[in-house]
Amino acid sequence: MATETLTLGKALNTGLRRALETDPKVVIMGEDVGKLGGVFRITDGLQKDFGDQRVIDTPLAESGIIGTAVGLAIRGYRPVCEIQFDGFVYPAYDQIVSQVAKMHYRSGGRLSIPMVIRIPFGGGIGAVEHHSESPEAYFAHTAGLKVVTCANPQDAYVMIQQAIASDDPIVFLEPKRRYWEKGPVDLDAPLSDAYPLHSARVVRPGTDVTVLAYGPMVRTCLEAATAAAEDGRELEVIDLRSLSPLDLAAAYESVKRTGRAVVVHEAPSNIGLGAELAARITEECFYSLESPVLRVTGFDTPYPAARVEEEYLPDLDRVLDAVDRTFGW
Amino acid sequence: MAKGDPGGTTRSRRAAPRSKKGATGDPELVQLLTPEGERIDSATGPDGTEYRVDFTDEEYRGLYRDLVLVRKLDAEATALQRQGELGLWASLLGQEAAQVGSGRALRTQDMAFPTYREHGVLYCRGIDPIMPLGLFRGVDQGGWDPNEFKFNMYTIVIGAQTLHATGYAMGITMDGKVGTDDGEAAIAYFGDGATSQGDVNEAFVWASVFNAPLVFFCQNNQYAISEPLERQTRVPLYQRAAGFGFPGVRVDGNDVLASYAVTRTALDNARHGQGPSLIEAYTYRMGAHTTSDDPTRYRIASEVESWQAKDPILRVKAFLEKQQIADAAFFAEVDEQARREAVHLRERVLTMPDPEPVTMFDNVYPNGSPLLDEQRAQFNSYMESFEGSAH
Repeated sequence: MATETLTLGKALNTGLRRALETDPKVVIMGEDVGKLGGVFRITDGLQKDFGDQRVIDTPLAESGIIGTAVGLAIRGYRPVCEIQFDGFVYPAYDQIVSQVAKMHYRSGGRLSIPMVIRIPFGGGIGAVEHHSESPEAYFAHTAGLKVVTCANPQDAYVMIQQAIASDDPIVFLEPKRRYWEKGPVDLDAPLSDAYPLHSARVVRPGTDVTVLAYGPMVRTCLEAATAAAEDGRELEVIDLRSLSPLDLAAAYESVKRTGRAVVVHEAPSNIGLGAELAARITEECFYSLESPVLRVTGFDTPYPAARVEEEYLPDLDRVLDAVDRTFGW
Repeated sequence: MAKGDPGGTTRSRRAAPRSKKGATGDPELVQLLTPEGERIDSATGPDGTEYRVDFTDEEYRGLYRDLVLVRKLDAEATALQRQGELGLWASLLGQEAAQVGSGRALRTQDMAFPTYREHGVLYCRGIDPIMPLGLFRGVDQGGWDPNEFKFNMYTIVIGAQTLHATGYAMGITMDGKVGTDDGEAAIAYFGDGATSQGDVNEAFVWASVFNAPLVFFCQNNQYAISEPLERQTRVPLYQRAAGFGFPGVRVDGNDVLASYAVTRTALDNARHGQGPSLIEAYTYRMGAHTTSDDPTRYRIASEVESWQAKDPILRVKAFLEKQQIADAAFFAEVDEQARREAVHLRERVLTMPDPEPVTMFDNVYPNGSPLLDEQRAQFNSYMESFEGSAH
């Protein structure tokens, strides 16, 4: 078994390469994805090996990227679109929400748009405005789209291939601050045996509080769980992985045991994923809850200047603070 | 293509469409059949391209039949809306020649991306004219298979489909289906209002830099709901193409022969690898924007009357009569066929069943969704909870 240690970014790159090799209909398109290999180098070397008809540098217009990808999909291609940064997806929002998401429904199931829209998301890299946002709720709220995010190199490698192989249009959010973090990746395991794309996973078992996270916050929560264990509290950490549809079977089972739940995400709290998670857990686990479901999130401000982002972003201490508060009811 | 000083061109050409003398003799306008029904042998486009058609008598009669049928079916749809059988209708009245001419210029393998008004093109693609009525009645969102008929679903967001057409055309190139007589091309339909949309301008850029086998077919019907052309542009629309690096041509959109000739040439150029082009079909929306609109609030009767003199069907009829290509019996037979098809359309619309409510949960995702499965089940049990429920 070829297990290698890769960064999350390299795992994505390797997964994309595998997808290009597997299916001649897969095309990658976006700004600077060719010679440059993308601003984060996620497509590094792919144009060199697969040519400029499969790895396409596009004009600088996001609606055009997604809109032309719709046409390619109607033609039978499987476009993988890169949006350079989270804050630049909005020019494409109309094409994503009004066309990509609705084409299958509009056509009564006759057309499918097997498209993946890759978006590096979230903060923590000291960037300027528009480069640190967490827009997942916009897309998870939209019927017809599926939304997933990976939190470690192994998932990055597998999930990107699963998303490309799926006939559903999928927004694939990449935790950009975790691009450089390393982990083991099994490069040989067949995709058909892989853990299902739209399933959540318990990444640390525990008995006292259930912590739900995804993308960049999974690692933060795992670190919080390690710290909590030193204080004698066992956190069960669940990586949601799929934000639409949500897979909450493991979360319900967990909360029924622990009686406490904390949801953690970088995106602002107001009308966010945390609200949906809290509502569903409350409906399903009402008689097991010892406290309300608490949220640890970014604030309801625009993403702030980089020098204060550490205070804006949920961190280990804010997670532990919320854990403590669940014992205060 | 752009001639002389753009500012000067703008001033002189903006006045032209307002001329009471009409389109005849306008050097910018490719025309092969005058409003009086006189044939013009050939016309020259702004880049020197010669346009001509060589139809048999049977083909001329066929075009006339198409024009009459699509107008009659359109009128029937408007009537059905007035009687409450459709929620809305976007009439093509006045634009029959642009749509039939371009629609008949498509070859079987060519792919069209319509707006929501291309009922005439839809008819030429061999799609049952009942199909768009399902959309406007509210029983479905578009009932045909785009890949079977090579005619995409109607797109209601203005201009969005031009990018789809461009991507599709890029796919034609990637499939190696350009450069031969049996190559493929795509055509994107849109209106004068859409030319202000970012998506349309992005489509122009994409099609240009990727040399996509694509025809941009703009029906300039002079109005975007209430807003006249002057609110969208200071230059003739076909001249926009020059700035994007491909040819543009203005055709008399009320002339089915010229619309056919210009579109056929543009498509054939595209399929042979010569890249995109823009056709501005200069026409007029004789009716309202949709049945919800009241054009008397924003345009004057004399303007509408001046365009009635340029009617796309009357000129073909005059030509057929003068050339003795068709006789009174033929015209009567076409009218009778149109009447029968309209009656048939009406009968079928009236018996169109409403969809089962639970079908709203279908076809959201190719692979389904557990969330929707749950909501569907909850919906079903809720409906079944009513006494005497048929569910």
